[in-house]
Amino acid sequence: MPAPEQYRMIFRHIDEPGYSNDLACYVRNGGYEVLRRAVKRRPEELVDEVKRSGLLGRGGAGFPCGVKWTLLDRRSGKPVYLIVNADESEPGTFKDRYIIHQDPHQLIEGIMITCFANKVERAFIYIRGEFPQGARILEKAIAEARAANFAGPDILGTGYGCEIYVHRGAGAYICGEETGLIESLEGKRPYPRIKPPYYPAVLGLYQCPTIVNNVETLCHVKHIADMGGEAFSKIGTLNNTGTRIYCVSGHVQRPGYYEFALGKITLGQLLYEVCGGPLPGRKFKAVIPGGSSAKVLRFGERFRGKRKVGVEMVEYDWGVEDIPLDFASLATAGSMGGSGGVIVMDDSVSMVEALGNINAFYAHESCGQCTPCREGSLWMKKITARMVHGEARAEDGALLKSVADQIAGRTICAFGEACAWPTQSFVAKFGDEFKAYAQAKKETGAREAPELV
Amino acid sequence: MMNLKPETLSRIDEAVAHYPVKRSAVLPVMHLVQEDQGLISDEAIEWIAAKLGLQPINVYELVSFYPMFRRKPIGRRHIKVCRTLSCAIMGGYRTCAEFQRQFGTKLGEVSPDGAVTIEFVECLASCGTAPVVMIDEELHEKVDPAKARALSEKIKAEAGAPAGKP
Ligand SMILES: Cc1cc2nc3c(=O)[nH]c(=O)nc-3n(C[C@H](O)[C@H](O)[C@H](O)COP(=O)(O)O)c2cc1C
Ligand code: SF4
Ligand code: FES
Repeated sequence: MPAPEQYRMIFRHIDEPGYSNDLACYVRNGGYEVLRRAVKRRPEELVDEVKRSGLLGRGGAGFPCGVKWTLLDRRSGKPVYLIVNADESEPGTFKDRYIIHQDPHQLIEGIMITCFANKVERAFIYIRGEFPQGARILEKAIAEARAANFAGPDILGTGYGCEIYVHRGAGAYICGEETGLIESLEGKRPYPRIKPPYYPAVLGLYQCPTIVNNVETLCHVKHIADMGGEAFSKIGTLNNTGTRIYCVSGHVQRPGYYEFALGKITLGQLLYEVCGGPLPGRKFKAVIPGGSSAKVLRFGERFRGKRKVGVEMVEYDWGVEDIPLDFASLATAGSMGGSGGVIVMDDSVSMVEALGNINAFYAHESCGQCTPCREGSLWMKKITARMVHGEARAEDGALLKSVADQIAGRTICAFGEACAWPTQSFVAKFGDEFKAYAQAKKETGAREAPELV
Repeated sequence: MMNLKPETLSRIDEAVAHYPVKRSAVLPVMHLVQEDQGLISDEAIEWIAAKLGLQPINVYELVSFYPMFRRKPIGRRHIKVCRTLSCAIMGGYRTCAEFQRQFGTKLGEVSPDGAVTIEFVECLASCGTAPVVMIDEELHEKVDPAKARALSEKIKAEAGAPAGKP
C-alpha cells in the first residue's frame, strides 16, 4: 500500500518559502484568530474541547492532555502555573526546535489559549540551554505578542492578563522530566520529586498547582480550539487522535521530520517510501521508534496476538514494517511512541557499540539521587565500553541484563526505565551478537564503520 | 571585585523580576554572569548568592551539576560536537577527531594557540542533519571531516584577523 500524504497541521508552515517567524507574517496567515474566538468562550468549554479531542501528550509519556488539566487542584486557591516543556533532550527528537525557530507564534497562541482555559496568569517556557537562538526568538515573539495584546496585562480587551517568560536550562537531560524541571525552575538541582502522592497538578511549581505540557502538545491545543474537539478526534485512529511529527534520523536516504495523521502510516511506509529506504548497498537492521529510551525493534522479528481495537478483539501478525505508528500499536509491539524520534540503524552498525553509545548518554545524565540508577547506568556504560575497547566476554550480555533488571521499577523517576530499556531490549533481541562480539572483533579487526563509543 | 558590565547588571535585574521567588532567577543570572566573564569564579558564586539571598553552596551545587557552567577558562571559540547515537552512526566521532587534529588539541583542553576548546556534548536535538556541531551559539549541520576542516580554517583565519573583528 502506498504511504498516505503528509498531514501537515503543526508543521504547515515549516520550511515554507517566504514564511518568517515574526508577528506580521503569522497574522497574515490567520494567526491569533483562534485566540480571539477562544477568549469569548467560557474557559471550561475549552477544557472540554481538549478532553473531547482525545489529545495525548507529545512529550514522551502520552498522557491525555484534557485529563491532566482537570486534575488541577482548584480548591487551594493558589495561583495555577503553566510550564511549557521545551527541553527537547530525548536523543532522536528534533521537532520542537523547528516550531520554536520557524513558527514561535503558533506556540504562543497555543500557550495563551491553554492559559485562558485554565485561568493561568504566569507561564514559563523552559527551553534547553543549547537553544540560545531559540530562546531569543521566543523572547522577541513574546514581546511582539505582548505589544499587540495577544499576551500581557489585558489580553484583547478582556481584562484577563497573563505573562509568559522564557527560562533557559543549562545542559542537563533530566530537566526534561517534569518534576526535575520544576526543581530546576525553582533554582535548585533538578532532582525529580517522588510521586505519587503529589503530582504537579496538585503541588507543582512553588507548591502550587501546575500544568507541564510539551511544545507540540500546546500547538495541538490551538488546532483543537480552532476545529473543535470532535473534529480533531476524527483525525488519526480511535484513541490516538490528531497528527504526529516523526523525526527520522540515522541510516535512511532522506532523514527529517514528517507529519502524518496518527496511526495512518506504518513504520515500513515511513522508512521505505517517505524516507527513501536504506543507504545504497545496505539493509535495515534495527530501529528505535520513540526516542533513545524506547525499546529497539529488530528487522525480521514478528509480533503476533490479539489486541483490542475499539470494543473488538482483532488478531494481528506484524513484521516491524507493518506496525502502525501510533501510541497503542507501538506499545503492542513492546516498544513505545515516546517522543516520536525514530532512529534507524543499518547492517553496518554493531549493536554492542550502539548500546555502548546509548549507555554513555544515560550514565552521563543520571541525576544521581537513586542508587540503582546512578550505579546501574554507570555499570552498564562500563561493561559496554570494556566490551568495545577491552576484553569482551560471552557472558557480558547476561551481566548487562542483570544490571538493567535491577534498575527499572526501583527509582524515583522514569529515567530508571529509560536507561534500562535499551540494555534489556538490545540484549534480548541481539543476544547472539553480544555473545559473539569478542570473536567478531578479532575477525574483522578495524572495521570501516564509524566509531560509536 | 566583580566587574560586570552595566548592561549585564540591568539584564540581571530584569531577570530577577520575572519570578515570584528570587531563587528561581539563579540559572538566568549564572548564564548572564558566565556570558560576561567567560566562567563562574569563586567570587561570582559569592556575588550571585548575595544578590539572590542564598548561601554560596546553593550556587556552587548548580555550577557543579549543570554541564554548561564552567569554572575554568576556555579557548576563544567553543566547539561542541554531538556525541550521541544518531550523530555517532553518521560519523560524529570522526568529525570530532578532525577538529582535534586541526587544532592539535585534546578534548576539553584549551588548544595550544588559545583558539578553541573542543568538547563532546550529548544530543543537540538536530539528529536529522547529523553529525552536528555547535560553535559558540551557532549550529552547523552535516559536518563531515571535510566540513570540519573548512570550519577550522575559517576559525583560524578569523583569529588572524585584526582585533575587534569577529
Ligand atoms: C528522563 C525524562 C526526560 C524527559 N524529557 C522530556 C523532554 O525533553 N521534553 C518533553 O516535553 N518531555 C520530556 N519528558 C516527559 C515529561 O516528564 C512530561 O511527561 C511531559 O513534559 C508532559 O507533557 P505532555 O503531556 O504534553 O507530553 C521526559 C520524561 C523523562 C522521564
Ligand atoms: S531515576 Fe535516575 S534520574 Fe530519576 S531521580 Fe533517580 S537517579 Fe535521578
Ligand atoms: S544525536 Fe546528535 S543531534 Fe541528536
